[in-house]
Amino acid sequence: METKKTLLARLGKLVPAWVGKLVPGWLKRVGPFAAVGLFAAGIVFWGGFNWALEMTNREEFCISCHEMKDNVFVEYQNTIHYTNRTGVRATCPDCHVPKEWGPKMWRKIQASNEVLHKILGTIDTREKFLAKRQRLAENEWRRFKATDSRPCRNCHNFNYMDYSMQGMRPAREHPKAFDEGKTCIDCHKGIAHQLPAVDQHIGRFNEGALEITHGDGAPEAGAGR
Amino acid sequence: MKLIHAAALLTGLLLCCAGSAAAQETLRSERGNASIEEESKVNMFRPEADKESIPRNYARQPPLVPHSIRGYEVTQNFNKCMDCHSAERAEATRATRVGKSHYLTREDKKLPNISPRRYFCLQCHVPQFDAPPLVENVYKPAAKR
Repeated sequence: METKKTLLARLGKLVPAWVGKLVPGWLKRVGPFAAVGLFAAGIVFWGGFNWALEMTNREEFCISCHEMKDNVFVEYQNTIHYTNRTGVRATCPDCHVPKEWGPKMWRKIQASNEVLHKILGTIDTREKFLAKRQRLAENEWRRFKATDSRPCRNCHNFNYMDYSMQGMRPAREHPKAFDEGKTCIDCHKGIAHQLPAVDQHIGRFNEGALEITHGDGAPEAGAGR
Repeated sequence: MKLIHAAALLTGLLLCCAGSAAAQETLRSERGNASIEEESKVNMFRPEADKESIPRNYARQPPLVPHSIRGYEVTQNFNKCMDCHSAERAEATRATRVGKSHYLTREDKKLPNISPRRYFCLQCHVPQFDAPPLVENVYKPAAKR
């Protein structure tokens, strides 16, 4: 019966000497079995980390919070991204978590602030949520604008839009908007959730409310008054 | 006295029976006569495809909506129609501009903004579906505008 040492020595004779010089010192010290073990542990760790991360990237996870389930999720259920002709859906993370690794990690780290506000109960009632809606919406619009609407472009690529298949209004407006360098969020605000109070010059009700832009810099609603 | 009581009771009973019998005959639910287990035949009407503005049928008719309004939000906070049709936006979006009448109060006083009583556009301006008319319409306008 061979001992571990003699087995290693015999295996060592099979590889040329110069290979040994390429192996770093620490690897020689821990030995090949430990090295393979570490490699396997790395795979398991990375897989586990990724799995745990992906578990937080599911619709079920997002709406496990009543803040999400009773406010934004209910509104989203009335929209085309929830239910449509073909059943292809965009769920919460498709729009609110970047797909690229780096930005995804960064967004997940930022999301720890949201965990803090969950604990603090910042929006734990409908009233609190509505009071905060404008700020939350503007945060999200800023994110979309800063990334040239990256979450939209994960599925919608305007190079492949067939204007002949679009309705009259989008077929007319899309090429114009792209020429002007606009991005999706400039016009498509409030398509998956309801909007905060917007001043559209109807009566006195919304006076002083948010004025939204359509990507032209200055708020348009106040332009022709 | 007993006789009157008995007569009243009898009439009551008769009325009751007649009433329930009549109710059973005329009762027709929105589901039709489909039982609760089976699926009712629902007419699936489709919105008509987007088109240029539809000519009015008579003077002062509220213009019809010639496009899909799926998912359009008209709430306390935001009116999707006004996103294009408001006086400020109509030129840029090439949408029909909201009428001058919409800036008046009931007493015909002019307002700087659209009157709140005109807020719910779809009360008068309706989108079109491919549903066939339930009855023939023989209405003829006195004048078109």
